Amino acid sequence: MTTGYGPVTVWATVGVIAAGTYAIRLSFIYLFGRLDEVPPGVERVLRYVPPAILAALAVPAVVTVGPSVPATVTDPRVPAGVVGFAVAWRTESVLATLVAGMGTLWVLRFAVL
Amino acid sequence: MHDDVLAGVRDSLPFQLGVVPFGMVTGIAAIEVGLSPAQAVGASALVTAGASQLAAYELLGETAPLAVVIGTALVINLRMVMYSASIAPYFASYDRRIRAVLAHLLVDPVYATSVAEFERRESRDRMRYYLGLGVPIWIGWILGTVLGVAFGTALPAGLELSFAIPLIFLALLAPAVTDRASTAAAAVAGLVALAGGGLPFNFGLLGGGLAGIGAGLLVAHREGA
Repeated sequence: MTTGYGPVTVWATVGVIAAGTYAIRLSFIYLFGRLDEVPPGVERVLRYVPPAILAALAVPAVVTVGPSVPATVTDPRVPAGVVGFAVAWRTESVLATLVAGMGTLWVLRFAVL
Repeated sequence: MHDDVLAGVRDSLPFQLGVVPFGMVTGIAAIEVGLSPAQAVGASALVTAGASQLAAYELLGETAPLAVVIGTALVINLRMVMYSASIAPYFASYDRRIRAVLAHLLVDPVYATSVAEFERRESRDRMRYYLGLGVPIWIGWILGTVLGVAFGTALPAGLELSFAIPLIFLALLAPAVTDRASTAAAAVAGLVALAGGGLPFNFGLLGGGLAGIGAGLLVAHREGA
């Protein structure tokens, strides 16, 4: 479908989203410049941000809930993700994870199925 | 070039395998809903947040109310408040103008990679490393969008190159899971995000992130940490 909005409206919308997103990114980077140190309570919370957000980003992109458990776990993306994570665990290398994960996905897609 | 800049550039390279195809998908989506090539590339350079751009394009294509278009895009990007808070202490000593530039490059892989590197190597020049990492990823994102705008229809969709993106997140997740509390944070966040996958405005991601942080704090508290 093509948008019903004109070019000026589209540019304005892009501009507002860009400004809002920039404000979100700058928020604490700006604020902490004015604080001497991070409050310990905040620091405690922040420790769990990376594992929580990374898992929340990755899991829904790997797993698609199917009609049954076997149907869900035999989607090639699931074993490819599991292999990728196992390699990441062993090597802590992004490139090795990509090679193992994409390789598994392609083998399952093109060679097996 | 300075060693710390080079280290950042080197660490940015594997991400390009995910960033460039994601940029292409975003460029194609923009053109499909009737944005001009300049608007498609301009949005990638200025907004620089793929998931929110894709959602905004879909809603623009439906000619949804502008408040819904803008609101949805910004809610998707709210997770970056957490990134901003998490990385802010490392940038606190820099001049305000430098921090203003660094902020724009704060995208998912740049955030996760830099925080991991700052933790691992205290001797790193943080600004140089972050710029070495962030600028090429920003350029790769814009370049991918240009490629999508120019050659969109020739993309080999069957290769599923976009799967590189969750693989990158898994690669960063593994070293972040260090003890029982961080394991609980990741497990709860992943399950809640999966369960909430169908919710509008990307609430699954936000809810999963918050539930995971709560689970991490709870386990740490019970262990008396």
